[in-house]
Amino acid sequence: MPDGAPKVLDVRNLNTVFRTRTGEVHAVNRVSFDLEKGELLGVVGESGSGKSVTMMSLIRLIPSPPAEIRSGQVLFDGMDLLEVDDDTLRDIRGARIGFVFQDPMTSLNPVFTVGFQLREPLMRHMGMNRREADRRAAELLELVGIPDAARRLRDYPHQFSGGMRQRVMIAIALACDPEVLIADEPTTALDVTIQAQILELVRELRQKLGMAIIWITHDLGVIAGIADRVMVMYGGQVVEEAPVRALFKEPRHPYTRALLETIPHVRGKRAERLEVIEGQPPILGAAPTACPFRDRCAAAVEICGRENPALREVGARHRVACHLSDTGAGSGAAPEPEGAHV
Amino acid sequence: MFDLTTKARTLIRVRGLKMYFPIHAGIFRRHVGDVKAVDDVSFDIYEGETLGLVGESGCGKSTCGRAILRLYDITAGSIQIDGQEIGDLPQAKLRSLRPAMQMVFQDPQASLNPRLTVEGIIGEPLLEHTSMSRAERKARVHELMDAVGLNRSFSDRYPHEFSGGQRQRIGIARALALNPKFIVCDEPIAALDVSIQAQVVNLLEDLQKKFGLTYLFISHDLSMVRHIADRVAVMYLGKVVELAPEEALYSDPLHPYTRALLSAVPEPDPDLTIEDRIILKGDVPSPANPPAGCNFCTRCPAVMDICKREDPEFREVLPGRFVACHRYNEPDENENETAA
Ligand SMILES: Nc1ncnc2c1ncn2[C@@H]1O[C@H](COP(=O)(O)OP(=O)(O)OP(=O)(O)O)[C@@H](O)[C@H]1O
Ligand SMILES: Nc1ncnc2c1ncn2[C@@H]1O[C@H](COP(=O)(O)OP(=O)(O)OP(=O)(O)O)[C@@H](O)[C@H]1O
Ligand code: SF4
Ligand SMILES: [Mg+2]
Ligand SMILES: [Mg+2]
Repeated sequence: MPDGAPKVLDVRNLNTVFRTRTGEVHAVNRVSFDLEKGELLGVVGESGSGKSVTMMSLIRLIPSPPAEIRSGQVLFDGMDLLEVDDDTLRDIRGARIGFVFQDPMTSLNPVFTVGFQLREPLMRHMGMNRREADRRAAELLELVGIPDAARRLRDYPHQFSGGMRQRVMIAIALACDPEVLIADEPTTALDVTIQAQILELVRELRQKLGMAIIWITHDLGVIAGIADRVMVMYGGQVVEEAPVRALFKEPRHPYTRALLETIPHVRGKRAERLEVIEGQPPILGAAPTACPFRDRCAAAVEICGRENPALREVGARHRVACHLSDTGAGSGAAPEPEGAHV
Repeated sequence: MFDLTTKARTLIRVRGLKMYFPIHAGIFRRHVGDVKAVDDVSFDIYEGETLGLVGESGCGKSTCGRAILRLYDITAGSIQIDGQEIGDLPQAKLRSLRPAMQMVFQDPQASLNPRLTVEGIIGEPLLEHTSMSRAERKARVHELMDAVGLNRSFSDRYPHEFSGGQRQRIGIARALALNPKFIVCDEPIAALDVSIQAQVVNLLEDLQKKFGLTYLFISHDLSMVRHIADRVAVMYLGKVVELAPEEALYSDPLHPYTRALLSAVPEPDPDLTIEDRIILKGDVPSPANPPAGCNFCTRCPAVMDICKREDPEFREVLPGRFVACHRYNEPDENENETAA
């Protein structure tokens, strides 16, 4: 990873709240991170930890109401995406920032051909005419590995398999050569052999096109294979952020450590018994006033229930939000939070 | 862990099992073909073991599990449980055998009746299959809640008041109510978060030890199956292509599909680069229209001429290791065939 490469995206203190009949849900709390040119940032965390809402908020795709972005800045090319007018935002979305979502069937429009859906952004954002857009659309399908691309432009989404639809989604997201691609669980609904094809494709495309990517997944294996840097979310917050190797080799947050312990492997030694993280994820009814992991954390001390720890730098590009990270107890030399996973 | 070296007793014996779903078309709903969801599979499940059943979406895992429990009227084949043939038993006669064989489903939300309390849900099979009094049922429900780690004080609550992991515990408690011997667990952890999956898997292991249960554990999660299973069967397009003890299958897969499948699983270790990763081309064919010859021949990196003509037999190529692949047939046979 190029060190100190320019930032393409800088998110500061993002807070998103849902207003529901039964009260507020504080889904995203003071989330800050940046994305460098050309890097792949992996985002992991439990279901409900705020991964999707964070990414939907920063490009204002989150339905409001019920969501309300309470505060924050999202800096992109000198603009704050939370402040720009709707026209500017529409030009950025889909052209300079592309998306791929989890379920390709719900995000592709079933009544239009794939060719139509590929041409649309090209004609709208790139000012191409129909012929140019057609040619480019075929190129894009070819780029993502769909055989007989020119002919398949006339097909509808249901005529493609799940893996191919996901490729089509990627092609659409890449249509206008975006600087940033946000992919939310793009392979979760796919089988492993098809997932392997898509991951291979992404590695190839990164080399060819060099865009920055945010890749959300709950699969640490996928992260280990493609990410440069990883952000771990828990209870609506970023709890740890590190270069990929540091995250797997020297995890510092008790949640990250416990998470790495609970997953079984297909290679190497087989564990006699799985480690577990006891308890349930937190209910985000109010702005947090304590560490969101405290109830499940075996290393928790008195202050954890009283104060929500801020993200602190603990190493090169390595940040952790844990009260024990500055006393040294959460550092590399610290005792393993063994009780956390008995 | 189940010891395969001691003499194992067969609890479930499946031979030539087929489950086809007819396809009808036209205004007269003519029978135009079949979805061959399970197409001639044979295997044993030993008493007290966990047999893992893996494979990609649509390969027939759930259909296989449901067919063994006779939730369907099967197309062909034999199923024996504890020596008794149930493959051709009419549904009415199956009722008395139901308590011995149970199922835990993927979606804990959808498989629990939302209008019943936890006590009602867990007690339902007791009401149906036993003559217990109300008080006896209640006592048994509490016992079962203890066994799966649910607080007894929750017995008056409704399913929606629980988390996914807790709901799965309710489903497991219900499956245990009638002291079954055999449980088909169909993707029991797929809908759960990673940190909760381990809790449920450990619970299933504890219960197995405690009650001597036999499991068919269906999952597409190869690492979890490695953890829980004693032996593993791999399905592809309606057929079992390989079956072996867990250790052998994961360290030395024989069938080209098993190899590809295992090599596709990403390892959570950034230092590990898998040198010989096999990336399969193309998609799984439709089970309504499987290819001639070996079902895997359209994607197989090791395909030979014979594979496109003849369906390879599922046979024991090493002690305890079964494979359906022409690569493991007699070498001279292969040579003759490829030359032909
Ligand atoms: N429309 C909504 N109304 C109310 N709460 C919502 C809504 N959408 C999301 N939430 C809540 O916001 C929180 C964060 O949700 P989010 O979808 O970002 O989680 P996630 O990390 O993407 O999880 P997953 O891995 O399951 O996709 C959750 O507690 C969720 O229940
Ligand atoms: N009741 C049915 N009628 C017609 N076809 C069916 C029926 N049930 C299953 N099938 C088909 O049989 C094949 C096998 O399905 P099955 O549900 O057994 O697969 P699976 O391996 O369990 O997949 P998954 O991992 O997605 O659960 C699929 O093609 C499916 O569409
Ligand atoms: S029989 Fe042939 S096509 Fe089938 S798996 Fe073996 S080598 Fe491949
Ligand atoms: Mg999400
Ligand atoms: Mg299934």
